[in-house]
Amino acid sequence: MTASSPVLDIQGLTVRLPAGADRLNAVEDVSFAVGPGEIVCVVGESGSGKSVTAHSIMGLLPPGQLTPTAGRILLEGDDLLRKSPAALRALRGHRMAMIFQEPMTALNPVMRVGEQIEEVLAIHTRFDAAARRQRVLDVMRSVHLPDVERLIDAYPHQLSGGQRQRIMIAAALVLDPVLLIADEPTTALDVTTQAQILKLIKELQSRRKTGVLFITHDFGVVAEIAHRVVVMQNGRVVEQGRAEDVLRRPRHAYTRMLIRAVPTLTPPQRAPTGQVPIVLEARQLAKTYVIGGFLGRRREVKAAVNVNLAVRRGETLGVVGESGSGKSTVARCIARLIEPSAGAILLEGTDVAKLTTGALRPHRKRVQIVFQDPYRSLNPRRTVGASIIEGPMNFGVPREAALARARELMRLVDLDPDALSRYPHQFSGGQRQRLCIARALALEPEILIADEAVSALDVSVQAQVLQLLDDVRRRFNLALLFITHDLRVAAQVCDRIVVMQNGEIVEEGVTAEIFRNPRHPYTRALFEAAPGRAFAFGAFETD
Amino acid sequence: MLAFVVQRVLATIPVMGVVAFVVFLLLRLSPGDPAAVIAGDYATAEQVERIRAQLGLNLPIYSQFFTWLGQILRGDLGVSIFSNLPVTTLIAQRIEPTLMLALTTIVFSIVVAVPLGVLAAWKANSWIDRAVMMFAVIGFSVPVFVLGYFLIYGFALGLNWFPVQGYRSPFDSPAAFLHHIALPTLTLSAIFIALIARITRATVLEVLSEDYIRTARAKGQSERKVLFRHALKNAAVPIVTVIGLGVALLIGGVVVTESVFNIPGLGRLVVDAILKRDYPIIQGLILFFSFIYIVLNLLIDIAYTLLDPRIRY
Repeated sequence: MTASSPVLDIQGLTVRLPAGADRLNAVEDVSFAVGPGEIVCVVGESGSGKSVTAHSIMGLLPPGQLTPTAGRILLEGDDLLRKSPAALRALRGHRMAMIFQEPMTALNPVMRVGEQIEEVLAIHTRFDAAARRQRVLDVMRSVHLPDVERLIDAYPHQLSGGQRQRIMIAAALVLDPVLLIADEPTTALDVTTQAQILKLIKELQSRRKTGVLFITHDFGVVAEIAHRVVVMQNGRVVEQGRAEDVLRRPRHAYTRMLIRAVPTLTPPQRAPTGQVPIVLEARQLAKTYVIGGFLGRRREVKAAVNVNLAVRRGETLGVVGESGSGKSTVARCIARLIEPSAGAILLEGTDVAKLTTGALRPHRKRVQIVFQDPYRSLNPRRTVGASIIEGPMNFGVPREAALARARELMRLVDLDPDALSRYPHQFSGGQRQRLCIARALALEPEILIADEAVSALDVSVQAQVLQLLDDVRRRFNLALLFITHDLRVAAQVCDRIVVMQNGEIVEEGVTAEIFRNPRHPYTRALFEAAPGRAFAFGAFETD
Repeated sequence: MLAFVVQRVLATIPVMGVVAFVVFLLLRLSPGDPAAVIAGDYATAEQVERIRAQLGLNLPIYSQFFTWLGQILRGDLGVSIFSNLPVTTLIAQRIEPTLMLALTTIVFSIVVAVPLGVLAAWKANSWIDRAVMMFAVIGFSVPVFVLGYFLIYGFALGLNWFPVQGYRSPFDSPAAFLHHIALPTLTLSAIFIALIARITRATVLEVLSEDYIRTARAKGQSERKVLFRHALKNAAVPIVTVIGLGVALLIGGVVVTESVFNIPGLGRLVVDAILKRDYPIIQGLILFFSFIYIVLNLLIDIAYTLLDPRIRY
């Protein structure tokens, strides 16, 4: 830690949960400090209390639901928990600022981005309009936004995800706060964008000597930027120390487990699949969206162009790319959730690309998808049992048989068969993703598409679900099409990989080969952007 | 933007055409012969036939339609069968009270309902919220004429604060106008206040859980500005929609309210015309109201694009 006194000093913070929650306190006896010019990463899985801690500092806890009951939060020596709402408001945005996970939703969609930065100045300063505009332009330049004179009047939806997060950072830093709280600021971003935003945060905090409290679940990010690390589990701090020490010589079992669960960028040895038959093949697949027309300006968006891929029985093909690369479009075309504009989709030789709804029906069950967000892909008003048996019953399986099969599948995905009568909200995220897998398997598909199926999960849960997907692939000899933006995950489960950029496949090959020797510049850029790539997770030193 | 407005205006033309056709057909197909009604109980068959010829009712139905359509396009809505006055003149005579009542009702409803709804959302599940919502239920359930007579009984007859009935033009005397329009406005507003307050509460409540509200608070913004600057503007689209629908529904309420308070407006004209089967007036009024409704929809669509930059047609 630096010699000067900390900008943020949390001592024994305890926050009470509302009655009836699964534990008494959201966070309990949490103590740590952030020095000036220091980046402290708070790491933990969902439910660890890391976000509650951050929101306590800002005074943004939902009133009446979460109440700090003990401890002190000192910002430059001043106890924030004893401040009046008005005094806290005066500090927020001025001495301490916060940026959030989703730059998509964290900005007001009906306000120009310039206004949203300017708002901070309007609240906390007496600058006139011209001076405010000048400050806004300056801070927009300092976060390296291009063409700021034009962007200042843009609306959030006209900006890319990375640009939006830069706007958030600009609004947070415009008054040079002593403390910046970043709550998973790069989680929703693409890897290459994430790398740029991390670099920007590092650059700004070292120039301005801002103390940064960085909340993340991603050890790759920790390895990239942290000076010190605080590990939280179930509302308590289980370990803290210098980043180097915690990453290389973790003392607590939970820290070790978390770090071990980070998939490595080195693909494990996989047996070659050999000359088994191809079950799924896409030939010159294309999808073009047409926007506008009839007096409006007509625009064409090519979401997928000339995509050729083939998956063999029992094989996992990874489709890797960033948002907008067309990977999900390809998945949706193959499952015929959307109609491709051109090309062929061969399911064991039958072209289903242009089949009508009726003719397509018998083929529907052969391709099943598991989606990214397990919270939104199960109908909240139906029991999970009803969701699982719906598909087979649509294809004429009697109810009793479908239910018996559902119980079997529940055991297969490691859930209690008696839980079939429960509703989705009674399950955790990882359990819900298991349910989604069970639902997909109920139709006995030949091809399973996992569309970012583990992206929304905590690392430890992610590892389990990946294991499960690999198990069912082997057990049912499924062809698995694995869509992901995460190279680490792709390295672990894929036999072969195709890399997509702007709707096209730019590189394809055997996983180990691509990781050893990426040829396309874009693939190389993806590798370089992977956070913590220089760090071998789980190779602990014993002291 | 201009292209969008032009496009929307052009799109209203076929709609108006369909409306004209339906209005025409509806009345021709409904039972009752206006020629017989005009001629009276003791008329001979020849007299009825002569009147029918005068009115053009003996012509084939399609030629009646095209004659009529041609007249509308020239701004001629026909002549009342009974009073022999042009329908346009009749509408012009009666339009002011109706327009004024509609205007005061809308303004009053919005001014009262939107802040109430925002307040209820902000204080969700508190006694304030429950009081607002209870008022909304009452506003929905009490029929316009019951509320009207109730207010007359209490504030006009009982306390003697307001006149019992009648209308004064604001162009003659603004004070007398307000004095006379107060109770009708209150009567007609109740249901709209209830409707708009409920929608405002629901949408603002939803918006308040959005991430950008948290961002605004993180900037140190005051609660009042969080509510009105951030939340309300994002909730505006559904609120404007319901206000627009409300104005359309207003037409029905105006008829009843005008009867209760004895206001010589379009509502009364409609009722009288229907009772007498005065086709030209009925047709003219339906067309006139449809036109207002279409213009209103156009204005709502334009308002959307101004309120939400993401909406582009």
